[in-house]
Amino acid sequence: MSHHAMQILLAGVVVLPLIGALAALLPAPPGLKGRNPDQAVLRHGVTVTGVVLAASVALAAGFDHGAPARMQAQTDISWIPALGIRIHLGIDGISLPLLVLTALLTFLCALYSYFKMPAGPSPKAFVALILVLESGTLATFAVLDLMLFFLAFEMVLVPMYFLINRWGGSEGVARSASARGGGRETGGQYAAWKFILYTLLGSVVMLLGLLLIGLKSGTFDMVALATDNGPASQLSHTVQLVAVLAIGIGLAVKAPMWPLHSWLPDAHTAAPTVGSVLLAGVLLKMGTYGFVRIALPIAPDGMHTFAPYLAAFAAVGIVYGSLACLALARRGAKGDLKRLIAYSSVGHMGFVLLGIASMTPTGINGALFANIAHGLITGLLFFLVGALKDRYGTTDLDRLAGRTGAALYGRAPRFGGLLAFAAIASLGLPGLAGFWGEMLAMFGAFKPAAGLSRPAFLTFMALAGLGTLLTAAYLLVVVRRVCMGSKETAEQDALAAAPGEGATAGVTPGPAAATTTATAPTAVKELAPAVPDVAPYEYVAWTPLAALTVLAGLWPAALLGLTDPAVQNLLGGGS
Amino acid sequence: MMTVLAAGAGSAAADGTATPAAGGVARLVQTVDWVAIAPPTLTALFALIVLVADLFLPERRKPVLGWISVAGLVLAGLSLLPLLKGDRTTFCLTGHPEVCSYAADHFAVVIQLLVIGGALLTALLSINPIKDQKLPGGEFWFLLLSSAAGAALLPASRDLATLVIALEVASLPAFALVGIRRGDRLSSEAALKFFLSSVTATAVMLLGVSFVYAATGSLHLAQVAEALTHPDPQLDILAKAGVALTLVGFAFKTAAAPFHFWVPDTYVGAPLPVAAYLSVVGKAVGFSGLIVVTVQAFPSYGDVWGPVLAVLAALTMTVGNVAALRQRPGRAHSAVRLLAWSSVGQAGYLLVPIASAAYADDAAHAIGSTVAYALMYAAVNLGAFAVAALVARTHPANRIADYRGLYASRPLYALALGFFLLCLAGLPPGIIGLFAKVTVFSAAVDAGLAWLAVVMAVNVVIALYYYLQWTAVLFRAPEAAPEGEAAPAARPRIPAALATAVGLTALVGIVLSGAPQLVLRFASGALL
Repeated sequence: MSHHAMQILLAGVVVLPLIGALAALLPAPPGLKGRNPDQAVLRHGVTVTGVVLAASVALAAGFDHGAPARMQAQTDISWIPALGIRIHLGIDGISLPLLVLTALLTFLCALYSYFKMPAGPSPKAFVALILVLESGTLATFAVLDLMLFFLAFEMVLVPMYFLINRWGGSEGVARSASARGGGRETGGQYAAWKFILYTLLGSVVMLLGLLLIGLKSGTFDMVALATDNGPASQLSHTVQLVAVLAIGIGLAVKAPMWPLHSWLPDAHTAAPTVGSVLLAGVLLKMGTYGFVRIALPIAPDGMHTFAPYLAAFAAVGIVYGSLACLALARRGAKGDLKRLIAYSSVGHMGFVLLGIASMTPTGINGALFANIAHGLITGLLFFLVGALKDRYGTTDLDRLAGRTGAALYGRAPRFGGLLAFAAIASLGLPGLAGFWGEMLAMFGAFKPAAGLSRPAFLTFMALAGLGTLLTAAYLLVVVRRVCMGSKETAEQDALAAAPGEGATAGVTPGPAAATTTATAPTAVKELAPAVPDVAPYEYVAWTPLAALTVLAGLWPAALLGLTDPAVQNLLGGGS
Repeated sequence: MMTVLAAGAGSAAADGTATPAAGGVARLVQTVDWVAIAPPTLTALFALIVLVADLFLPERRKPVLGWISVAGLVLAGLSLLPLLKGDRTTFCLTGHPEVCSYAADHFAVVIQLLVIGGALLTALLSINPIKDQKLPGGEFWFLLLSSAAGAALLPASRDLATLVIALEVASLPAFALVGIRRGDRLSSEAALKFFLSSVTATAVMLLGVSFVYAATGSLHLAQVAEALTHPDPQLDILAKAGVALTLVGFAFKTAAAPFHFWVPDTYVGAPLPVAAYLSVVGKAVGFSGLIVVTVQAFPSYGDVWGPVLAVLAALTMTVGNVAALRQRPGRAHSAVRLLAWSSVGQAGYLLVPIASAAYADDAAHAIGSTVAYALMYAAVNLGAFAVAALVARTHPANRIADYRGLYASRPLYALALGFFLLCLAGLPPGIIGLFAKVTVFSAAVDAGLAWLAVVMAVNVVIALYYYLQWTAVLFRAPEAAPEGEAAPAARPRIPAALATAVGLTALVGIVLSGAPQLVLRFASGALL
């Protein structure tokens, strides 16, 4: 494909969703009105994200796979000469997979919403926000100018804030919100605030770090900076230290790294299904991508100093995330399934950070692989849990599981199977996508870059290994409690819970419920609410994720072949 | 006209003192470049025209005064066009043609554009309130135009006497404007508060000016600067005190902490357009005066005013933002109060580059950041006030809670206000707000004021909280109407002047967001 076509495609991928967002706010033109305005605008969302996906796939097809280390489809126009800010777009082997993943996940979300619009205000605003969000994320992965990166980084905040605030639910967050004593705010609003304040505080500090780099080296261009500041660095050690600290804090909040993660569970729990999918699937990647794209190549000395700390926090995050999940999965803990998956994200992103902190090609390749794998698998998991909530009206694990388990295998076999598949993929079963990234990240930690303390990294690796065990433990517990169990008991429980839904909300069906069901055992079979199995539109939205999970697990070389040369290039100072 | 005379008198006085040897009458006559002084002169001229016309117009024809004023401001704005090259000076000393009292350089022209544009938007906002609230039209327009004339003169003044006179011409009518609602206790109290604190500040500043004059023997900024590079060691303390005291007067005008306490009560007590005027043009007066004095007159005393301004900036933004954060949305006038406190916070950001100018090698560069930020702030803040004026027509209490559901009733205005607030907060889609903040940050980082940059970063987050909270209110579902009150059958029509004001500011904001270079180029070029 010609260079110009690639340029146009890349620019189109970033700009199209923005135009689409504006168009979504206007009334539909005649001929595209559809059945009603809501349906028309949701269809508009599917069309735009579909076109963007097609463009990004075309971009991937036109990408010169022989030279993934080279920036391709570059556009470089001066925008604000006063600040030296240029509109510099381009993709290489590191950004291309993330770009395609973003386009894919957003398209699937739009498609899913077309059939299952989340409860809340008008779909018009919903579609516009999703499109702005998509544009911001795609721009983050496509821009090569530090200031534009910051702009794109900030661009996703406002739409995500409104998605959580207006379309979010309160269940699961309400406890922390009421404990805060605010009272009048709903859980969604509380979670949205927490999300935006954490991220903003981090990103303002990041801005200072970016400015420091830009002012000290005279350019904001990432490619130029990566070339200049490789082994023969132009930035002094102190500048690099301060810059990495400042930028690192901003990125670590977003990633999220362990002590700065606490916005994540609330945001995920409150967000609507598609919000969670996008948050976990692509927004978190912006943080880790920033580490690889900015911190590593531009300030390698500073990164070298902070790498052991980053690795330590990552290792703690892995163990902490899985312990939190274990606690939530326990019987009687009133654990929320969405919250549990959110905490599992903290653990998974810990592997990514550990890989980056090892500063070796192996570790970083693993990190990038784990990024993609986490996007696919956790995206799928959030879709499934969202669907579970639609079916049961709750994601509270205790209420779902009842006395013996929710028995999804019996009541909705395909759904249960898919859930088990996603959980197994998430725990890193060899042959599925989750395995390679985490293994490579641990390999990286086993033999970290020269100058990094090997014993320390071996400890972190051991901790990470312990984390994989714990991860397997809680995911299996979840599978047991949600998918397995006696079908009859589960149906009895469901029936018992149904009439007194309001009064007994939050209470596990106790002895009283058991006696009512016992008195009329024959009526149970006819009246128990059926759990619908996977609907066709759900197949359409979920199959690509499941298929890619298998594909990435069986053929990791496809992805690693793209990232490895680019990573070598970055570590080698871009020469 | 008055300002011309004032400027002439000021420079003549300075002239006499600076060149005592100049005896001949012929050498005292200065040539006047009328084109260069056209912007403040035209504004002053129209002020007089309005005042005289008010005497002869019958009561029902009074609204025409408003349109005369608007026309006058447009003309004054157009008179800036020949000055774009920024190389004109006038009222120069006959002995030293390079020492002038009035310079229409790039800095002056840009600030005059800001002042006249701000006054024009204020005028558009005022046309309807004057009719509705039965304010005395003739006086109002005269005061507004006089104050604007003073504000336009100030950035071009290059001697201390003209500077003080311009400052007074800008402030004195403002006191009267604040108290223009006759018989309103709140309005009179606000005016008195404003007057007393301002007069104190002016007195202190005059003391400072006299110290500086005593130490240097000149009122012309260029000569002051030269004299201060190697001051008489005995007069060093005097000069330092003079520098510090002079700054106080301008710090008061920018509402820098601890001289900010008059702001909230004054804004709430004043008619809304006047509050908008004070928040933009009043501030422009303060910071342009600060820039002129610090960079033109006292560059060698950067070690005195640099740290002072840095501390003032940090204090101002923190006080303003924390107070804005504490505003309860249900309280009466909370919207204006929030804008008032947030304007104190924004004044803090405006001070950051001025403080950096003391540390940077290239002062003009740092000053440009303030100018760029001020232009952004002027457009966006006036826009926010314009929408507030709109809401005030239906909800006189103007609580933030009254903005709930604005999107449902007036989507375009709600989107505009949301955009303005996000610009003020510095979040996309308000790209110009974001990059204006970036220039301010980069000025601080460049000057090595890392602690100030960090304080500002924290403040930006605090400010974001309340701006975003307000934005979120706009898009909430409207509260269910109370039982007895049926939904209003027809929305009250929006006056054309108000709609124009919102449209203009939104247009400026959107154009600047697409092409930030339009204002940010001031941050890279030499202005002074």
